[in-house]
Amino acid sequence: MISEMAENGLLHHGKVLTVDTMNPNVKRVEYAVRGPIVQRALQIEKELKEGVKKPFTEVIKANIGDCHAMGQKPITFFRQVLALCSYPELLEDNKFPEDVKNRARRILQACAGRSLGAYSASQGIELVRRDVAQYIERRDGGIPCNPDNIYLTAGASDAIMTMLKLLVSGEGPSRTGVMISIPQYPLYSAALAELAAVQINYYLDEEKCWSLDVSELRRALEAARKHCRPRVLCIINPGNPTGQVQSRQCVEDVIQFAAEENLFLMADEVYQDNVYAEGCQFHSFKKVLFEMGPEYSDKLELASFHSTSKCYMGECGFRGGYMEVVNLDPEVKVQLTKLVSVRLCPSVPGQALLDLVVNPPQPGEPSYGTFIKERSHTLEVLAEKAKMTQEILNQVPGITCNPVQGAMYTFPQIQLPPKAIAEAKEKGQAPDMFYCMKLLEEKGICLVPGSGFGQRDGTYHFRMTILPPTEKLKIVLDKVKEFHQSFTEQYS
Amino acid sequence: MGLKPLTFVRQVLAACIYPSLLLDDSLPHDVRKRAQCLLEECGSIGSYAPMTGIRKVLLSVSEFITRRDGIVSNPDNIIITSGSQHGIIVLLKLLVQSEGSVRTGVLIPVPCYISFKKALTAQGAVAVPYYLCEEEGWTVQIKELRRALHAARGHCNPMVLYIINPGNPSGHVQSKASIEEVIRFAAEERLFLMADEVYQSIVYGNGREFYSYKKVLSEMGSPYSNNVELASFHTISKGAIGECGLRTGYMELVNIDPEVMQYAYSLFTINLNVPVIGQIALDVMADPPQPGQPSYALYAQVRVEIFLTLMNNVQRTLEVLTGLPGITCQPIMGGVFAFARLHLSEAAIKHAKEKKLKPDFLYCLRLLEDMRLFASPGCDFGQEEGTYHIRMCLATPEETMEDVLQRLKSFHLRFIKEFP
Repeated sequence: MISEMAENGLLHHGKVLTVDTMNPNVKRVEYAVRGPIVQRALQIEKELKEGVKKPFTEVIKANIGDCHAMGQKPITFFRQVLALCSYPELLEDNKFPEDVKNRARRILQACAGRSLGAYSASQGIELVRRDVAQYIERRDGGIPCNPDNIYLTAGASDAIMTMLKLLVSGEGPSRTGVMISIPQYPLYSAALAELAAVQINYYLDEEKCWSLDVSELRRALEAARKHCRPRVLCIINPGNPTGQVQSRQCVEDVIQFAAEENLFLMADEVYQDNVYAEGCQFHSFKKVLFEMGPEYSDKLELASFHSTSKCYMGECGFRGGYMEVVNLDPEVKVQLTKLVSVRLCPSVPGQALLDLVVNPPQPGEPSYGTFIKERSHTLEVLAEKAKMTQEILNQVPGITCNPVQGAMYTFPQIQLPPKAIAEAKEKGQAPDMFYCMKLLEEKGICLVPGSGFGQRDGTYHFRMTILPPTEKLKIVLDKVKEFHQSFTEQYS
Repeated sequence: MGLKPLTFVRQVLAACIYPSLLLDDSLPHDVRKRAQCLLEECGSIGSYAPMTGIRKVLLSVSEFITRRDGIVSNPDNIIITSGSQHGIIVLLKLLVQSEGSVRTGVLIPVPCYISFKKALTAQGAVAVPYYLCEEEGWTVQIKELRRALHAARGHCNPMVLYIINPGNPSGHVQSKASIEEVIRFAAEERLFLMADEVYQSIVYGNGREFYSYKKVLSEMGSPYSNNVELASFHTISKGAIGECGLRTGYMELVNIDPEVMQYAYSLFTINLNVPVIGQIALDVMADPPQPGQPSYALYAQVRVEIFLTLMNNVQRTLEVLTGLPGITCQPIMGGVFAFARLHLSEAAIKHAKEKKLKPDFLYCLRLLEDMRLFASPGCDFGQEEGTYHIRMCLATPEETMEDVLQRLKSFHLRFIKEFP
């Protein structure tokens, strides 16, 4: 019996699924925002809970753009409507205003079986898609939006992965190349690694506040043409991690470039409400495209992404969002619809939340006053923190920080002493990872090293969110200041 | 389809969404306690959940599995998914080599529900069909598995065996012996086992019980229990809780190479997809109200009602279907579907060919047009050449079920008159 089993390889103890037999693309997937530094941070938190003594009493997690985790309050109106949708018996409860009840009823009417618990159509609840289309029309000064071009998603990351899946094909020199900004949000590099697409880096200009120059796009494209087939241009506006808000001229230039070079444009606009700097304004790619006239708007293929996780809502846990596709080949659209149907449908509560975001309380309605107050407050506080962050960090010798024009992060450049760089290299660590790990161990602050996002060779950065409450943020900034000074001294 | 959600779940969700509800006595005490506990864990439901899931929920799920199987389950081997399809899709990303000379083959039952087939195609895997035995009630035959596997070895690298228990659409619930046979087969042929067990809480008795693959594997002892690699899937979309729209489930991994586990975690991390609100519902599914708690009575009552409704629907459906000439149906042991065989006449088949439609597709199309009743044709799920089937959902209030059956009956009688 034993020999039989040995013959059959049962005693072999070799696994069927090993690092060698699994999908080879998975090995290249990394996601810095939740990478090794976060794992260490969680470990330290555990140690603190167990009573281990450290030079700090808590770990401040300024690594991930999680608003509520950092104390931002949810919008009351949204939570009230969603509570009623979840437990409709509350419609009888007098503590909820009439407009909240009407909204809940309207959403439930649109759901199968009048319940958030039923599957919706794969593309999303029709009523919500229509409301999204109207939101886009209002936002873009009346430029028409067809609800059939709206796909509801489980957050922007989900939609971006789906589109990239559709776009990536070919082999060897004809393998799809995808242009992405450096620095970038590492979802893109992870997705491209998973799909074995060719990543084409174009550098944002740190000297010019992380702006985009078309000549740099052109350089990157021409170099890439030698070894792949560039088909896609991804742009994040407002930027992550850099926070820059591209000028209208820049948006036009990018559109023109994409049109000339026959590139599919993917516009990640999840931070569209997070614009702080004076003189900066969000211009949606869709709007600018159509204002450039039919020469462009009839032809350029565009996918724009939005989400309920950022802006003033910050509802990351709900997994809500939408994607608008423009000028997509009708046959491809059929395939896209089919592809999204595999995962059945996006979270229905997320769809309901999105409906409220695109359709907030109006003047005259009972919830309007509170809603406006809450929204303004959240955005104002973010703007103040953006300014404060830039000011404090720029006071530190060895740290230079571009203005945080939008989004939720600061991405300052840090000067590292050669001795520190050498020690990092000995340890096999990227120098800014070495820096951030020390910052975590000594001050209990969790940031993400710039190497996770990409940066010009020989430069180092970190990304920090501006989300902690103002007093705490000030403490964080002061600690970073102290740390940088002592680190510089230590390795001088 | 008209079945009501469980009150306790919805009350907890509402309280977590709008914590002001915790300030008064309008909600029962156990609801408030559960909501508070979960909110303490996750801070706000508006926050991103931790990588593999909210810790408290992972613990509830591992305790649920431990109670179910009588074998300790490790929460580190559990990953919370946004529905079983999501879990399956991400696991396939891990398993499948879709490029190069040899693509990964995945053994898939015939018949099988549609989403899984799409997921295989989307990931670039080769589907290797194995036919379930209809005459014996849609059982899994090892001989057939072997045939399929050996035929596949020529043109792909079959590495995965996907099995659905209770079956969809078949409604078959595997006996313990059958599960043991499959595990032995997977061990001998070095296959990774994917066990889709989303209908585990819907089994209709008649001497049949649900055994989880994990439990049977564990009870088989060494060398199986410590070697066979297994991923089991469950969800909140089915069962009495039935919250399909919330998109949450879990996957339990057994005997996975620890290095591979790290990659599994990283894949799930970049798919930041699991809604917190769904994880809360999962917590309730895994750790429902207990006797003595205020919500228990209503919870238990509704669960029993839902189950009785399903059982009555199964009985009634089998009665009506087997009473119709030209329709046969294997016993429905579990799940929420009836997958009946249509014995269509030559005339009907000829008519379908003329219209360039598959015969059961035509039948369902006519059923929809004439009676406004939507049922799925067997060709969507796969079936033996020359056989035709129809799948109907039974998870509906009894009055609706009766309406459905009457429409089907009157349509069928007219159809067989039209095509004798």
